[in-house]
Amino acid sequence: MSTSVQLEIFEGPLDLLLHLIKKNEVSITDIPIATITEQYLATLELMQNLSLDVAGEFLVMAATLIHIKSRMLLPAGDDEGDEDEGVDPHDELVRRLLEYQRYKEAAAELEQRDVLTRDVFVRSPTPTEEVGPRGFREVSVFELLGALKRIMDRLPKETVHEVALDKITVREKMTFLLETLRAHGSVLFESLFVEIKSRVEVVVTFLAMLELVKVRAIRIFQEEMAGPIMIEAAARMDEAAEQVAIDETGESQHGA
Amino acid sequence: MEREDVKSILESLLLVADGPQSVQRFSEVLDGTNKDIIESTLRELQNEFETENRGIRLVEVAGGYQLRTPKANADWVKKFLGGRPARMGKATLETLAIIAYRQPITRAEIEAIRGVDVDGVIATLLERNLIRAVARKDVPGRPFLYGTTAEFLQLFNLQDLSQLPTLKEMEEISLPEIPTDTISLDQLEEN
Repeated sequence: MSTSVQLEIFEGPLDLLLHLIKKNEVSITDIPIATITEQYLATLELMQNLSLDVAGEFLVMAATLIHIKSRMLLPAGDDEGDEDEGVDPHDELVRRLLEYQRYKEAAAELEQRDVLTRDVFVRSPTPTEEVGPRGFREVSVFELLGALKRIMDRLPKETVHEVALDKITVREKMTFLLETLRAHGSVLFESLFVEIKSRVEVVVTFLAMLELVKVRAIRIFQEEMAGPIMIEAAARMDEAAEQVAIDETGESQHGA
Repeated sequence: MEREDVKSILESLLLVADGPQSVQRFSEVLDGTNKDIIESTLRELQNEFETENRGIRLVEVAGGYQLRTPKANADWVKKFLGGRPARMGKATLETLAIIAYRQPITRAEIEAIRGVDVDGVIATLLERNLIRAVARKDVPGRPFLYGTTAEFLQLFNLQDLSQLPTLKEMEEISLPEIPTDTISLDQLEEN
């Protein structure tokens, strides 16, 4: 395993294991654990040497393999104390590999089909006045920051330093944003800041917005260069709302 | 309405249709023309395109009929449309396959099968409308259950889910029972 290793991009630890099993021409149900573990660890090392980001899942699997290997060194029949462990890790690994391989094959079969826009095509939809896609463009970070600055500039100068007792959290603002979007579908970026008087709150609102964009719960766009910036609900809005709600409950339980 | 008229009209509707259209829909538009007539006329059209080796085919997909180009012309069509290499990555395809066969399924259940985090992939699939949240599982945290969409069927040229290639048999694993502890999202939305 020194120089001749050809590194593929592995989807995960199971993918890597299947690759090694295939390479060694062994069957999933009869894995030579020692050999496979050795090669698995060598591949991880190689990945690390190449400064590839080795995800935590790969390390968990390494631990599992070592665990299985060590168990096999125990004298047979000495399974006292194993009972509370439940499933045998070796059996469990075999089960997972078989299951994963099954879907990998299913995916390969799906790819064989006449895939739309690869093998077969349909007429492109004609954009019509009402239902056609409007010429939305994505808003750049600079435009967003510009808009934020304009809002900041409009705020009254804070001559007196106020110690706000009721803290506004990003999470609260996220909930508020999601509720607003649920009620109105889309809103003007500026309208979210109309009633806000403090800089902190503007920033918190802005951060909440960025957080929601990141999880793809909302989309920020404008119809034309320098036009009004709009915010609308996106694919994962409901999911994000739920997540925020869960996080909130968790936080209040911890007395934060 | 003469049969030849029906054929001509159907061909026009198929041309302008956005997405696969059901026999029901055609019947409604054609003033309640018998569905059997619609169906047999569509088959007739289908045969004509096929036997005359035309540049369009009438395909049954996602519960409806749709005009599509034959695979043989793919390279020319691609050249004409200009390269847009919307290749689906391995991770996306695998995740989609798991959802297709095991739906409704939660994110955690998908991760258990793939052995890796699927957050980004799920987001991509949701964005491309290939999957959707169909319900919530009645377990702590009430996670979303995902299922495939009509767009998924269209993408892989499937009439319905029963047309999915059969999964390879595997003695150690039995297919999961259909979960009963789920709440339909549609139900939730009605409330």
